[in-house]
Amino acid sequence: MEIVTVEQATKLGLTSSEFEKIKELIGRTPNFTELGIFSAMWNEHCSYKSSKVWLSQLPTKNKYVIQGPGENAGVIDIGDDDVAIFKIESHNHPSYIEPYQGAATGVGGILRDIFTMGARPIANLNSIRFGRPEHPKTKYLLNGVVSGIAGYGNCIGIPTVGGEVEFDECYDGNILVNAMNIGIAKKDKVFLSIASGVGNPVIYVGSKTGRDGIHGASMASQEFDDNSDAKKPTVQVGDPFAEKLLLEACLELMKTDTIISIQDMGAAGLTSSSVEMASKGKLGIEIDLNKVPCREKNMQPFELMLSESQERMLIVLKEGKEKEAEKIFKKWDLDFSVIGKMTGSKNLVLHFNNEVVCDISITSLADEAPKYNREWVSTPLPQEIDMDAKLKDLDIKDCLKKLLSHENQANKSWVWEQYDHMVMGDTIQKPGGDAAVIRVHGTTKALAASVDCTPRYCISYPHRGGMQAVCETYRNLSAVGAEPRAITNCLNFGNPEKKEIMGQFVDVIKGIKEACAALDYPVISGNVSLYNETNGVGIKPTPTIGGVGLIQDSTKSMDYALKSTGNLLFIIGETKGHIHQSALCHDILYLKKGPPPSLDLNEEKKNSFFVRELIETGVAKSVHDISDGGIALATAEMCMGGNIGAEINTNLIGPERVKFLFGEDQARYLIEINNKDLKSLIQLAKAKEVSLLQLGITRQEHLVIDETKISVAEMLKLNNNWFHNYNSK
Amino acid sequence: MKASVIVFPGSNCDRDVQVALKKFQIDTTMVWHQETTLPKTDLVVLPGGFSYGDYLRCGSMASKSKVMNEVIKHAEDGGYVFGICNGFQILTESGLLPGALLRNNKLKFICKNVFIKTTNNQTAFTKKISENKILSIPIAHNEGNYFASKEEIQSLKDNNQIIFQYCDEEGNISGESNPNGSFLNIAGISNQNKNVLGMMPHPERSIDQLLGGVDGQGIFQSLL
Repeated sequence: MEIVTVEQATKLGLTSSEFEKIKELIGRTPNFTELGIFSAMWNEHCSYKSSKVWLSQLPTKNKYVIQGPGENAGVIDIGDDDVAIFKIESHNHPSYIEPYQGAATGVGGILRDIFTMGARPIANLNSIRFGRPEHPKTKYLLNGVVSGIAGYGNCIGIPTVGGEVEFDECYDGNILVNAMNIGIAKKDKVFLSIASGVGNPVIYVGSKTGRDGIHGASMASQEFDDNSDAKKPTVQVGDPFAEKLLLEACLELMKTDTIISIQDMGAAGLTSSSVEMASKGKLGIEIDLNKVPCREKNMQPFELMLSESQERMLIVLKEGKEKEAEKIFKKWDLDFSVIGKMTGSKNLVLHFNNEVVCDISITSLADEAPKYNREWVSTPLPQEIDMDAKLKDLDIKDCLKKLLSHENQANKSWVWEQYDHMVMGDTIQKPGGDAAVIRVHGTTKALAASVDCTPRYCISYPHRGGMQAVCETYRNLSAVGAEPRAITNCLNFGNPEKKEIMGQFVDVIKGIKEACAALDYPVISGNVSLYNETNGVGIKPTPTIGGVGLIQDSTKSMDYALKSTGNLLFIIGETKGHIHQSALCHDILYLKKGPPPSLDLNEEKKNSFFVRELIETGVAKSVHDISDGGIALATAEMCMGGNIGAEINTNLIGPERVKFLFGEDQARYLIEINNKDLKSLIQLAKAKEVSLLQLGITRQEHLVIDETKISVAEMLKLNNNWFHNYNSK
Repeated sequence: MKASVIVFPGSNCDRDVQVALKKFQIDTTMVWHQETTLPKTDLVVLPGGFSYGDYLRCGSMASKSKVMNEVIKHAEDGGYVFGICNGFQILTESGLLPGALLRNNKLKFICKNVFIKTTNNQTAFTKKISENKILSIPIAHNEGNYFASKEEIQSLKDNNQIIFQYCDEEGNISGESNPNGSFLNIAGISNQNKNVLGMMPHPERSIDQLLGGVDGQGIFQSLL
């Protein structure tokens, strides 16, 4: 058997000291197959070697959490013996190289993480970020990614109900595609990936293995350069129809009493799935690679172990249940092969053509994987700068018009109308609202979900950026009347070997930690995507947070469309006029200096409870969280939602008025109430010590702000056109 | 009324249709695509989805499936057959309905609420809907652009086989109100005998006010 060299190891992404450690661990020089397996298990994507020390500090428990991080996805209790299972995951690197397949398999991968746990997936969400619209690749990438998400989700028949789309030059060479899925299961029917029972058969099911995606996980752990297109062969190809069959077959199998554990073959394919199951069960595993169903000829052990062919699962069955299980997979026309068994040896042993091609201890692959406490340096809090001179002569109407027609604030229906957001017949609130609302099938309760991040806050002051992303989802869930229960996170950063980038990561984690702890809103799953850099330039830190909440009575979910004229508009939460890092400054005025708004987590909590009470009691007729674009944009969006106007009097002038209207102070909501509820609103706000400010009234046709007037029809036109115009050019 | 919903491995609106049929007290059985007989049934529903992945032309493989032989026989014997979305595509592919469904003219999947006009309310599927009634019903397809030969179109017109047409809120049938480039804004047609209906919009997605509307219920009520 060939003996490998340190050069081969570095080619596979391992450092020379990691290669030395491998030799020490196994007491000899690994062969090529073994080296490939180590490189797959020890890369950043699978081992979390740079992030682990920090991730372990995140709060992961509250009274609803049944399963926190460490499994394929996290699990929370949603009452009546139902659980919600969810996770978000990145597919950034493959999507940049091949946008359609990269995004499609991103959706496919996250779906498998959910149904592996025994859940029927009920909602897809995504967070996608692109470079500047005028960058030569952006249009191609946008169209490819959106079609890829649509192509996969629509075919498998799971609605894509929400998400976010943003453009920023920092993503010119590194787009972000983060896919989230939520599934529903019964509490006593959750399946885990902990193998047990020496002698139990190991089963391969799903599609055949080809050469696609070999070393995808390692690619995702490296920076890009100008030759990134040459990496196309490492992108996997998706087959949503095969996934649909696999989904139905797995859920059917899960109704029988045959499964010990089950794990999808995601990043690093057969390698990570087999090692993880064995490692969690503290067992060994023996696989005959000649039994792996192959799509291509002459596949070698290295390729079989590292292929990231999609739509495959590894299952440990109870001994003697093979026939019963096989029948189900045959019904769904899927491959089913007994490829090995669990052993007491604690080693990963691979046979190929009657030879042992790999024999290494599971602990060396999993537990002994390197962990780095990388050097880091914090980003200091930027100084506030006096912008009054630049703000004082701004025309309010002009600012609003520019925001409404800016790509980041534009109506995104061009995107989400390509996604089937209604299939499965439970979508109560479709994309475009503060949060998506999906009924739990056959019940009267509903789940709400939202994915958010504000990268311009994160680069400015990562600690606040991390906090804010968590709070933003918390607010979006509250605004539709849901009780926020837990989050999943997808942490997208640049190269952690640079101490400034590692500092961003550390500070964001600290911010997330603080917010989660204060809001009793823990992290139950997630993923980390590092090395989002091209030619040495990293992205803005982008910790995408996916929040999930519960609405007990699905008929009481709230939206932000104004309901009728003559109603009163109130702001909940204090308006200080923090204009630094606002969408107005950043995207319209190009004033990118200064700190992001501060967060008061007690306020967040208090105001959320207050808003939910107003929704519950029917006082609030519409609710919108105030975020990008401040009060002005929130009001405009409510007007456009209901095709009703509003009249606002600020009693301010000059820069103070701009700050009031476009500032992005946190923990705020805009609500519409009927005049008859005015007294009870004021009393309740007083009792709960919530800051309340009457903003104006609703009226016909126009949004009137002091002396400025714009018709709702004109706003709709400005807001609706960006994507259509961009894509028809 | 007894209904059978055909389940292809890639069907994904089978459950939604089942929910809708049950809501209107229609006794419903799910029938797997490999079956070679149908249960005793008045109505066969071909639901939306991607039957066998639809990597080839939509619905073309499904039209050759075992169960479709039985569905064709059922239709030829005068039984009701209702194809929604992918079901409509399967019906044109199997020859139970004329014409074909091409890719949407803008080459994108479209999922949104559209308005359709009930051009013919004299069928078993539409008899409880008033004449020319405008319905708001969602579409969700990539290939819904109806096309047929001149002769076929003439025959559709002559026999009042055009059942639904895309229109605007006021009922104007125009280019602007056509979401996918469909010929004559056709959203749904029947065969000559009016016992087979195919339509691209999803009435089963429009039976619950909480989910945005109930305009689809007229079809299910008509079938009772």
